[in-house]
Amino acid sequence: MGLAWLYSTTLLAAAPLSLTQVADGVYVHHGAYQEISALNAGDIANIGFIVGHNCVAVIDTGGSLEVGQALRAAIKATTATPICYVINTHVHPDHIFGNAAFVQDHPKFVGHVRLPAAMAARGEYYLRSLSDTLHRPVPQDWLIPPSVVVAKRLTLDLGGRDLLLIAQPTAHTDNDLTVFDVNTDTLWLSDLLFVKRVPALDGSLRGWIDLLRRLQSQRVARVVPGHGPPSVVWPQAGDAELRYLLVLRDETRAIISRGGTMEQAIAQVGRDEQRRWLLFDQYNTRNVTAAYAELEWE
Amino acid sequence: MRVKSKRWLWITGVVCAFGMSGWVHAAPEASAVWSALRTQLFGERPIHEGGQDIVALDAPERAADAAIVPLTIQDRLAGRGTARWIKKLYLVIDDNPAPLAATFEFGKTAGRADIATRVRINAYTFVRAVAETDDGQLYMASKYIKASGGCSAPASSDARAAQAHVGEMRLQLRDPEAPLGRSHQVQLRIRHPNASGLQMNQLTRLYVPADFVKEVSVHYGDQLIWRAQTGISISENPSFRFFFVPHSAGELKAQVLDSKGGRYSSTIRVR
Repeated sequence: MGLAWLYSTTLLAAAPLSLTQVADGVYVHHGAYQEISALNAGDIANIGFIVGHNCVAVIDTGGSLEVGQALRAAIKATTATPICYVINTHVHPDHIFGNAAFVQDHPKFVGHVRLPAAMAARGEYYLRSLSDTLHRPVPQDWLIPPSVVVAKRLTLDLGGRDLLLIAQPTAHTDNDLTVFDVNTDTLWLSDLLFVKRVPALDGSLRGWIDLLRRLQSQRVARVVPGHGPPSVVWPQAGDAELRYLLVLRDETRAIISRGGTMEQAIAQVGRDEQRRWLLFDQYNTRNVTAAYAELEWE
Repeated sequence: MRVKSKRWLWITGVVCAFGMSGWVHAAPEASAVWSALRTQLFGERPIHEGGQDIVALDAPERAADAAIVPLTIQDRLAGRGTARWIKKLYLVIDDNPAPLAATFEFGKTAGRADIATRVRINAYTFVRAVAETDDGQLYMASKYIKASGGCSAPASSDARAAQAHVGEMRLQLRDPEAPLGRSHQVQLRIRHPNASGLQMNQLTRLYVPADFVKEVSVHYGDQLIWRAQTGISISENPSFRFFFVPHSAGELKAQVLDSKGGRYSSTIRVR
């Protein structure tokens, strides 16, 4: 139903996703700076893969089966190495709903130890929401939880290539997982880092600020953000996001401490940041709502 | 044939796109749920609509988070020097599973029947504030709000913490130095998951059991400020901003009863 859906499936079925090789064997597809829609079929996040001698590890799979299929086609056009792992960096729809495209490879699906619970709690809601957005029923089997979970750290050996997976404390969500490629010193932060597109707060504002500061003290060759250019310089690329999160925190705290309501916070917080971010109006209100609900109990 | 089917889909797509917005222009009285609920609550009593000079409803047209929709019911009658006052407010969300979201009964000590809170909105719907004045007249303000999934949306990441701290309350005066005899603004916060019973765990296919605040009452000394019957349409960590007029130093006390029989209270000294 809907012409747009027909177009998007036709186009995506034909074309593998475009890729940028940000470092030797590290490939990133740049997601559009948009909200999920029938036109983009959920291709709105940075997703990709890393190639070792024996194994490919996929990192996030996009917002629909079709995006996952297009990513898989891109992988197959790049290498014949089998896909052993599909890593989901967190629970958001634009990162997990292409998982079903990889079932045929019999990979291990990997995620944060809290990812299964997050999928369980939100799955129903996400499936219905996605069905509405894509104008077609989205089947239950698009929701594939991890069989391997990371409680603290896990190393995946891709054959001459180690990936270090770290389960982070609650920040952007309560199930953020980062991937570090030892060979190229590449840190895949996924949605712990937003560049150009406004961050989306869905975990803990204070936790995210603490974690971002710790991450910025790490020296790495490059970082892959969940939304933004495929590869960014670190730690500078995190400065804008840190500034925005501090504005959220400090301005919301000020309103709470003078007895202001949530509506007042929504109207006032972050105004100066508006011109600096794409999709600001679509997300800032939600961010302020979440910030207020968190900070009012300080 | 391919061209034909594409055209059909295009037309259908267009109709679907306009179908939703076309609904917005339906009159507030038209909802079947409201018709039934209105009769149940008020019988045949007339309700003055568009009564902006008695009661107003401030709410966003489109909710950023359907599980936390802030709204304010404003008392426009108070402070106009008449003897009439609003003694009761009804908050209705037509298309929620439990449409009667809350009722508030006010004592004279409130000074104004003005409540700000946060609600869950489950589908695009009319939200209505019905005010009943002391002489039994009814006035309604309504607003159409675009949001969906608020009642079945999963609990926030804070839910674990909410569970550990269930029943903790904060009563805060906006201005503790405000003089006696004047209106004081107060924020009441209750730590509580306010689980709707409609949040499903996908893996177990079981629903998270309902566990919500049922009754709230606020007194100043032995004077009632307000008492409310509430339910699952109120957001996680229920929050209420209200007013009262203290004429002497005293104790402000809030009491809460939840659906599991849990009782909680909090008091603060005023002056």
